[in-house]
Amino acid sequence: MNRRGDAFREWLDERLPIGQFLEDQLLKYYAPKNFNFLYFFGSLALLVLVNQIATGIILAMHYKPDAKLAFDSVEYIMRDVDWGWLIRYMHSTGASLFFVVIYMHMFRGLFYGSFKKPRELLWLFGMVIFVLLMGEAFMGYLLPWGQMSYWGAQVIISLFGAIPVIGEDLATWIRGDYVIADATLNRFFSLHVIAIPLAIIGLVVLHLAALRTVGSNNPDGIEIKKNRDLVGIPKDGIPFHPYYTVKDLYVAGLFMAIFAWIVFYSPEMGGLFLEHPNFDPADPMKTPEHIQPVWYFTPFYSILRAIPSKLGGVVAMGASIVVLFLLPWLDRCPVKSVRYRSPLFKIALTAFVISFLGLGVLGTKPVTELYTMMARGFSVVYFAFFLLMPIFSSVEITQPVPERLTESVVPLSQRKGFQWRLIEEGIRALEHVPVRYYLNNLLARLRGKN
Amino acid sequence: MMSGVDNDKRRFLTQAAGAVGAVGTGFLAVPFLSSMKPSAKAEALGAPVEVDIAKLEPGQRIVVLWRGKPVWVLKRTPETLQTIPELDGEVLDPRSDQSDQPLSSKNEARSIRPEIFVAVGVCTHLGCSPVFRPEIAPADLGADWKGGFFCPCHGSKFDLAGRVYKGVPAPVNLEIPPYYFASENRIVVGLEGEKA
Repeated sequence: MNRRGDAFREWLDERLPIGQFLEDQLLKYYAPKNFNFLYFFGSLALLVLVNQIATGIILAMHYKPDAKLAFDSVEYIMRDVDWGWLIRYMHSTGASLFFVVIYMHMFRGLFYGSFKKPRELLWLFGMVIFVLLMGEAFMGYLLPWGQMSYWGAQVIISLFGAIPVIGEDLATWIRGDYVIADATLNRFFSLHVIAIPLAIIGLVVLHLAALRTVGSNNPDGIEIKKNRDLVGIPKDGIPFHPYYTVKDLYVAGLFMAIFAWIVFYSPEMGGLFLEHPNFDPADPMKTPEHIQPVWYFTPFYSILRAIPSKLGGVVAMGASIVVLFLLPWLDRCPVKSVRYRSPLFKIALTAFVISFLGLGVLGTKPVTELYTMMARGFSVVYFAFFLLMPIFSSVEITQPVPERLTESVVPLSQRKGFQWRLIEEGIRALEHVPVRYYLNNLLARLRGKN
Repeated sequence: MMSGVDNDKRRFLTQAAGAVGAVGTGFLAVPFLSSMKPSAKAEALGAPVEVDIAKLEPGQRIVVLWRGKPVWVLKRTPETLQTIPELDGEVLDPRSDQSDQPLSSKNEARSIRPEIFVAVGVCTHLGCSPVFRPEIAPADLGADWKGGFFCPCHGSKFDLAGRVYKGVPAPVNLEIPPYYFASENRIVVGLEGEKA
């Protein structure tokens, strides 16, 4: 048996060196040894992609891309298809978690400067995947043909109508009709199921190929390839397999547990993952009272709403995504990781994250004067972060970067800055608090006794 | 033999073949892209719609579907009509010079008959259908609200002649469709007259 197996492997390797390929990519690929939890999200994104494809194949077997049948066919999947509800909820939950994972993945890049030389192309491929993913999610959301599907698509396609001269014709061409109609649904199905997934898979291959060429960045933001041992292996590198395959598998298990909890206990996530108006069939006569995109689009949608001009809003929303592409050229600081950058950058990054989250929350709320003013403020911070970056990143005073990799997470006692001292004090104070006593007391009160 | 290779000729032939290929690809792209335009069937579905307004009460609005879009027919009261010129200073395009309407409706009330208002109920911003808010000065729209249409999507406001207020995202007034009165109580939406 063993000899036969070896013979077969030899036969295969002579024709297609799969074994060699796996060895090069897994055993002989050295990744930095200090990856922390922010480095899980790339492989998790791949896992979700597989989930979306697997569940999508099954859903496409039962779904009908026809304006008269679509809504009912989704209900049919939910009620009459064996395990259809599970597969549909896995697909819809996967869509939302895809964006959770991708946003964390992008934040990691921003945090540790992973987009900087020599990883500019890696970042650009990633950004194209992000844009394609937004298109994929948007088109997929039309398919259930509910009220939010219909009016969300109406708003987003109307964005193209704001382009001068060709806008209206372009919007009509995208819809294939003068309004969102059967033709639109049918072509979105085709694009959602064939065109965009193919493009995403192709770009994921390019993204990974570019990653393997330049190697992963790390929490210290230094190049491990500069320090090699006598045989040319990076001193701070460890083979991807088994070290990171095992680590990623462990987190994949945790992730799937959270995933399962959402699928089984909160697939609608209180209207965030599946919006309530989408349980009504599409009605071109009536817009829902509070129309909003799904949560992962709301930061950009808030920017659109903040500008009191049709063309201006569309341009601002487009620009908010275009600036992300330019990031490698906006940041002039030679130091990559946030660990060794100036307080100025840390403050700017914090302000950016707060404004991005703020825009996201505001995008789910109805329009009021106060919210509009807040959205405008956050939009200004969002753009200021990028547009002022060439200035503040070229003048900032950075700390010395180490020669070799340090901890994956810097211990509290080694962190500089008074906020860490405050947290330290807080933890020390908590040590003297009889937590268990209070907890028991609280539980007793909740039970209504004593 | 090898020395006889004419590299200029090779380059010319390669580039010429490339250019011809690109032109051919361009021609082939036309049917692919054109196939995504509205089909002949979609284009034919623009038939006019007849609306009976005999039972329309003053202040009442009905909605009909024309070319897949909601069209509003509203019967305005004389008091409402008086508020329209008062709002000239607050709306973006008071004379509707930048807006879409048939000539017959390019007037103060933006309608053929002042009391009957017909408009396409699609916000000129991003295509939502604004909500009919006829009440005066409701809590959420402010004390100056004289009745009109409010778009829940992005907060655009229109008065009862479909004119857009200043400082909201919608760029122009609501579109007035072509329509005519076939008789005292019958409107035909989609045509400007019997023969048009």
